[in-house]
Amino acid sequence: MSEKKQIATRDAYGKILVELGKEFPNIIVMDADLSVSTKTCGFCKAFPERFFNMGVAEQDMMGVAAGMAATGKTVFVSTFAVFATGRCWDQIRVSIAYPRLNVKIVATHSGITTGEDGVTHQANEDIAIMRAIPNMTVIVPSDAVETEAVIRHCAVTQGPTYVRLSRPKTDVINETGMEFIVGKARQMKEGKDLTIIACGLMVARALDAAQALEKDGISARVINMHTIKPIDREAVRKCAEETGAIVTVEEHNIIGGLGVAVAEVLVEDHPVPVARVGIRDMFAESGKPDELLEKYGLTASEIVKAAKNVLGRKTA
Amino acid sequence: MLFDQKIKELEEKARLIRRDIISMISKAGSGHPGGSLSATDILTVLYFHKMNIRPTEPNWPDRDRLVLSKGHAAPLLYSCLAEAGYFPTSYLGTLRQIGSSLQGHPDMLSLPGIEMTTGSLGQGLSAAVGMALAARVDKKAYRVYCVMGDGETQEGQIWEAAMAAGHYKTDNLTAVLDHNKLQIDGHIEKIKGLDPVVDKWKAFRWNVISGVNGHDVKALIKAFDEAEKVKGRPSIIIADTIKGKGVSFMENNNEFHGRAPTKEETERALEELK
Ligand SMILES: Cc1ncc(C[n+]2csc(CCOP(=O)(O)OP(=O)(O)O)c2C)c(N)n1
Ligand SMILES: [Mg+2]
Repeated sequence: MSEKKQIATRDAYGKILVELGKEFPNIIVMDADLSVSTKTCGFCKAFPERFFNMGVAEQDMMGVAAGMAATGKTVFVSTFAVFATGRCWDQIRVSIAYPRLNVKIVATHSGITTGEDGVTHQANEDIAIMRAIPNMTVIVPSDAVETEAVIRHCAVTQGPTYVRLSRPKTDVINETGMEFIVGKARQMKEGKDLTIIACGLMVARALDAAQALEKDGISARVINMHTIKPIDREAVRKCAEETGAIVTVEEHNIIGGLGVAVAEVLVEDHPVPVARVGIRDMFAESGKPDELLEKYGLTASEIVKAAKNVLGRKTA
Repeated sequence: MLFDQKIKELEEKARLIRRDIISMISKAGSGHPGGSLSATDILTVLYFHKMNIRPTEPNWPDRDRLVLSKGHAAPLLYSCLAEAGYFPTSYLGTLRQIGSSLQGHPDMLSLPGIEMTTGSLGQGLSAAVGMALAARVDKKAYRVYCVMGDGETQEGQIWEAAMAAGHYKTDNLTAVLDHNKLQIDGHIEKIKGLDPVVDKWKAFRWNVISGVNGHDVKALIKAFDEAEKVKGRPSIIIADTIKGKGVSFMENNNEFHGRAPTKEETERALEELK
């Protein structure tokens, strides 16, 4: 269908992790019996002495990672997003975030695009619960290229970080060699009538929606809000001032995620009409990723609808 | 004599269920054949011999209950429930499809007969303890069964539940460890060893029935009967199993932990299960 190149963000993660392993002998990687799916298996093969498979025991894994980090190591821990966040939230809060230890939680299989495994394996609440923890940085890369840059950033900076990756192959929308600056939103398309702020694999759909809106004579700006926390307050305020209406788009529950993080800024700094596109506070189901995105309203056409809705609420 | 006939019937049932598992996962294009085939004989004995259930009255308060803690073996559970009459076998073809009640992992709200929602490993035994304690409160005679994967028991919550069951002496609870010695990333002993597994459960005040061939229907029946007689302690049956049992190229082959067979592999598998 798409002519764009497609690569899964988890594949990009697995690849860059091996490169970083060569550069930084201080990196340790842990997994909880999902290394083939999370792609940490490449690092495991290349550096077996620096890889620890902790078995099906996510809480223990977070605690062990904290202990390693307390000795000065940079620890990457991976499993599916549901198990990496919900299962071990208190371990992350107390053993990692509170002491501000250098643990990078890189979770794959986020959102409904995890697909056929169903609700137990689809994390639609992870951004909310990670964002609520002080000291935690939360990053949702928009494609494989950005993922590489984000992981490299993780390797060279200190502090607890949550990185949210996906299972399926997704469109590559960034140029190779792009610069990633944590907390600094990236404008993907200029526009003046409204701004679509998206993260993760929804950025590509936001761009499609902006193109569709163009045909109706509506000029939509598109922002890639890869860092959910700390959010780029400056960028959000500027978009509100300059375009006067905002649509947020995320593959996550509308409660507690990107949409709310943006709304928090707007409410305090510059209130404008907002529409949030996301999963409407429900458990989804098993199905193919694209079918689920369609059924749960995570499509370009839903974004277009939301855009028209906020435009209608904009005061002239 | 009658008993021999019963054994034959159960073995035949297990064969049909294995065929269902292969067909369902093949049609869905994803799912977990290895762990489903490994626990097939265990669930067959429970659903078609041991458990006191009424498929046409799924909410009968006095029924025995089964919690499939290793929720990824959902196709096995669905096949058992359909073959037992909880819902039409025609549903089985909808596994993992959008809009289907046959979710990738068991959802107790979507189908009759599912006693607990599972799929996030390590949570089922706690729920089973809760049901067992409720029977005591309600002065009911039902039994609770819980089937766990061996890799699954690396989860800390399993041992919290084990301690609770030991403490509360839930002798109306029988757990089964589907001990196929494999998890996703390889051999359990290489990843995070369980041995000495018998001593661990004993130390948590459980009655342990070990050395049971988890594919021998007769041995399983004997173990379940024995467990039922033990008073003052929960029982666990350590069932030695083979992941992928019944399909030669899936046996002990971890590639089939979570991959659907191709069309050609499906034909070969069904041929072997004729
Ligand atoms: C909490 C949690 N962590 C990880 C997973 C992913 N997962 C599914 S099956 C599995 C391996 C389980 O091994 P085992 O219990 O031995 O299952 P079996 O060999 O019977 O298939 C893992 C890690 C999960 N479902 N839940
Ligand atoms: Mg196993």
